Amino acid sequence: MSFLRILDLSVRIKGGPRLLRGVSLTVAAGEVRGLVGESGAGKSMIGKAVLGTLPRSVEVVAGQIWLDGVDLLTLAPAARRRKIGAVAALIPQDPLTALNPSRRIGGQITDRLVDILGWTREKAEARAKDLLAEVGIDNADRVLRAYPHELSGGMRQRILIASAFAAEPKLIVADEPTTALDVTVQKQILRLIADMQARHGTALLFVTHDLGVVSKVCQSLSVLYGGLVVEDTAVRPFFAGPAHPYSRALLAATPKYTDPEGSLTPLPEAVLAAVQAQVAAADGGWHG
Amino acid sequence: MADGRSLVRRKAGARLWLSALWLGLLVLVALLAPWIAPKDPLAQDLFLGRLPPFWMAGAEPGFYLGTDSLGRDVLSRLLYGARLALIVALVAGTVTALVGATLGLLAGFLRGWVDLVISRFIDIWMAFPPVLFSILLIAVLGPGLSSIIIAIVVIDWTRFARVVRAEAMAQGAMDYVASARVAGRGRVSTMLVEILPNVLPTVLVLLTLEMGIAVIVEAILSFVNLSISTDDPTWGGMIAEGRSSIHQAWWVLVVPLITLFLTVLAFSQLGEGLKDRIDPVLR
Repeated sequence: MSFLRILDLSVRIKGGPRLLRGVSLTVAAGEVRGLVGESGAGKSMIGKAVLGTLPRSVEVVAGQIWLDGVDLLTLAPAARRRKIGAVAALIPQDPLTALNPSRRIGGQITDRLVDILGWTREKAEARAKDLLAEVGIDNADRVLRAYPHELSGGMRQRILIASAFAAEPKLIVADEPTTALDVTVQKQILRLIADMQARHGTALLFVTHDLGVVSKVCQSLSVLYGGLVVEDTAVRPFFAGPAHPYSRALLAATPKYTDPEGSLTPLPEAVLAAVQAQVAAADGGWHG
Repeated sequence: MADGRSLVRRKAGARLWLSALWLGLLVLVALLAPWIAPKDPLAQDLFLGRLPPFWMAGAEPGFYLGTDSLGRDVLSRLLYGARLALIVALVAGTVTALVGATLGLLAGFLRGWVDLVISRFIDIWMAFPPVLFSILLIAVLGPGLSSIIIAIVVIDWTRFARVVRAEAMAQGAMDYVASARVAGRGRVSTMLVEILPNVLPTVLVLLTLEMGIAVIVEAILSFVNLSISTDDPTWGGMIAEGRSSIHQAWWVLVVPLITLFLTVLAFSQLGEGLKDRIDPVLR
């Protein structure tokens, strides 16, 4: 039984084009699934739909999002938020804007524990300290009293990871969690997320455009193009030889250190034309 | 690890202290006016009309800043005038900020139809010429302290509403708001706990500017004789009166003008200085 099951989800800009075209995917308990694709392929949109943070200009037109046995889209907004808050969490993309600049770190981690789980402040604070230690922050007391601007980007991302795991969610959506970071820090943060995931057995929906990251962290992946899942597979067979021509072209376009300087492999025109035709076909039976 | 950023301490700056000093002095003077004013601000004596200030020839002892054409003591009127100026600045400024910031916050964070209604309302409101609008309002309400305050609030709330709306919209797009929503925080709670603290520095700076503007508006209304009764000492009223005798007794005009200027300047500089101290990122 999968913990998260998205069925035929279509999302569009109100009165405008579709952004997701009948997306289906599953994430089993404890599984790490990568969502890859170009900018605008809709990978972040899936994460937002699951967490109920779609922009107000976007609406769900069809589909189901089953989270922990409940179809989120059938719930009233307040009940949906409670459900999501109880079992899911977010590791956001940009650590610089993901912490409230005018509040101390401590409150921002413990809020959820106090509000949703009904813990006491003391218990929540003790938990926050343990979590900070777990993500490799030594002087937890000082950090809890600090304001975000007093900490570095990598440090803030560690705090956000600690915060995401705080309430022991069953599913975490990581929305390009390393994109805004320095390359050297990226690697540490990636390892940290993988470690935390393994230790807590949390399912992870890992949104990224970096296939290298997928190969290190994920067990399965969905490749998106134009709001369409063009390939849904386990990681090992994918890197051995992807089934869809678009995936193959995407993998071939990944730059390597051995490439001569200045050379980038573009996606072949024919492949792009084919996948665009596939997207257009998906819109064929749809009347927006 | 925490880097050097937390170690940087900004200097409070001379302008913050100077403006705070001037405003503090005004508050003190306003409170103590009945005890420290050398004369009765309303007492007229036509034999003592247009006396020059103490450093000029022909000055009369006891009338430190001279007298106006009716023989009223300029210094005493200035001190009593500070009371009205400060009451208008504090009350009108605060009420304007409360009304404007609340509407702006609601519009900027809730968006949708709330934003639509409030924004269109602001647009329409701002199309009225403010000075005419206030004169009209006071003509309807009748002159008096409360009418001036109401006129200022009614005209200037849009200033706060527009700026706070934009700021709330910008903050609402930040990831920490999304995180708070995922964590199950409701809309109203998100607005108050996450957004409000981040727009407060802006509101505070605007508030100090608004206090300066309120002082000016009060002076303008006094100048056109629409403020409080003409007898009561107000800076604007003094300036209006001094205008008629500018060639014989310039001090009647210049002394309240300088006081007004310094006060408005002090309010705006206080705002800038406070912003540096309150904003957690600049701090």
